Amino acid sequence: MGASTSRGTRAGTPADGRGDLPLLVGIARQADYWRTAYQRTWRGSVVSSFLAPLFYVVAMGVILGGFIEGDPDQLEGATSYLAFVVPGLIAAHAMQTAVGETTYPVMGLIKWQKVYDSMLATPLQVPHLVGATLAFVGFRLVTTCAVFTAVLAPFGVYASWWGPFLAFGAQVLTGMAFAGLVYGFTARLRSETAFGVLFRLGVFPLFLFSGAFFPVDNLGAVGSWVARLTPLWHGVNLSRMFALDNVTWWLAGVNVAVLVALCVLGWFWSVSGLQKRLVA
Amino acid sequence: MAPDTSTSMISARGLRKSFGDFEAVKGIDVDVRRGEAFGFLGPNGAGKSSTMRMVAAVSPVSDGELRILGMDPAVDGPAIRSRLGVCPQEDTLDLELNVRDNLYIYGRYFGMPKKEVRERVDELLEFVQLTDKADAKVEDLSGGMKRRLTIARSLVNRPDLLLLDEPTTGLDPQARHVLWDRLFRLKQAGVTLVITTHYMDEAEQLCDRLVVMDKGLIVAEGSPLDLIREHSTREVAELRFGVAAEGGSHEAVAEQVADLGDRVEVLPDRLLVYSADGEEVVAKTLERGLRPVATLVRRSTLEDVFLRLTGRTLVD
Repeated sequence: MGASTSRGTRAGTPADGRGDLPLLVGIARQADYWRTAYQRTWRGSVVSSFLAPLFYVVAMGVILGGFIEGDPDQLEGATSYLAFVVPGLIAAHAMQTAVGETTYPVMGLIKWQKVYDSMLATPLQVPHLVGATLAFVGFRLVTTCAVFTAVLAPFGVYASWWGPFLAFGAQVLTGMAFAGLVYGFTARLRSETAFGVLFRLGVFPLFLFSGAFFPVDNLGAVGSWVARLTPLWHGVNLSRMFALDNVTWWLAGVNVAVLVALCVLGWFWSVSGLQKRLVA
Repeated sequence: MAPDTSTSMISARGLRKSFGDFEAVKGIDVDVRRGEAFGFLGPNGAGKSSTMRMVAAVSPVSDGELRILGMDPAVDGPAIRSRLGVCPQEDTLDLELNVRDNLYIYGRYFGMPKKEVRERVDELLEFVQLTDKADAKVEDLSGGMKRRLTIARSLVNRPDLLLLDEPTTGLDPQARHVLWDRLFRLKQAGVTLVITTHYMDEAEQLCDRLVVMDKGLIVAEGSPLDLIREHSTREVAELRFGVAAEGGSHEAVAEQVADLGDRVEVLPDRLLVYSADGEEVVAKTLERGLRPVATLVRRSTLEDVFLRLTGRTLVD
């Protein structure tokens, strides 16, 4: 058979030309991989992404919230605990989704299945791999947060028609900020045992104490300022201000700036981590 | 000495690779010409895989000069890799995808149009005899089938140069022969093959020319036959003695047969006497009243060349 030297239309050259492959071209070439990979896992991710947070909303927002007085002065402007907790909960859930997608799955691509190794034998380069993986995380965040928002909108937790859209943007941005940071962390890990520490000492305390479930003012003078330094608080606060139509614009600007800066930092941290790991 | 870029597929001068203080490749010169099957033979840790990773334009060169298909991997990595096929030592197939999807997705990484990849996948499944397994999950394939799939995958972009790192390690003899047959066909179709192996029979079967590597350096270069002719005798007599019977050790016996051949190698379990006529060595050994428990006369192989050059066997 003309296994090799017969010249059909040849892959790669000359369309590729010399030098680096453009970032978006390299990312687009992996679309079929991520689509096929998602086709085999989406059922499981539907359950974990949509049902688990729904349980949270019912248990904490509706049932627990039934015991909490809906005082706007106490609840950063929310008229019910459900309205207070939902925007924070979606932002916190975006963080968890992003962390989930950039820990074990990325370790699998690097170390267990070595899918990245096989990709690097083709014209693809490290930034393309990071870019496509983070684009997939972005897709997961967009779908998860959108469904979550759509399900809860009828419960009257949003104060304006535009609130859900801006809050949704804030939630996806929050997830992406974590995606880059955790991806870079995973790329530098030799063993998955450190994930346990990340979950117990990183994700879990952030989830509980970054203002998703109660106003951070309750943490005391020092505690509340520590909470305001965490990335998740910026996401929770931004998401909630938009959802409740209670926006302090300069603060929203700070929140966005912090989250965008973390995304940019995460990108470079991820690319340099994977480069060191796989291109030795 | 600038190599002729029209026929030179790989050209390396003083090529080095270090990882921190450890130097895996210590300055080698290599030229691979279009259409030949070229081998890197050596034991584990000789620097073969590090060399392969540099040639695959994945691992940066630490020092020296390397040109692949006339291009510099530091500048034109993607353009070089678009014309390479790489079959890594460890299979990197996606275990949860089926056979066809593994090939299809890989073709897309090269930017090949969907229709063209689909046609190419059918062609390749036929070539590696996996057509009836097209919809099977990779997990369910045997080791030999996975290897063939990896080779099919490395051919998806119609490469000019196919790099095979230990292609048959871990396969049973029958699977190895099936694979060798496929590689031989590729070679006949004009594909340039670069193979690393620590199996001398593989190198003898497949390679037109090879280099023997040891501890990061090239210790010999030539065709398998030339290397054997140059560094060994035509035949080898293998003598195994019952250790207690003949003075306590093979070393002691070696002195008694040293004059029967050009050279004697002492292995833990046997003696190798190198001579043009192995049967004569055995006859004379018996005449001297020595009683080996087993004897074998065979032709010299690359294993003997390697033993001669490095004092060690290839497979420990």
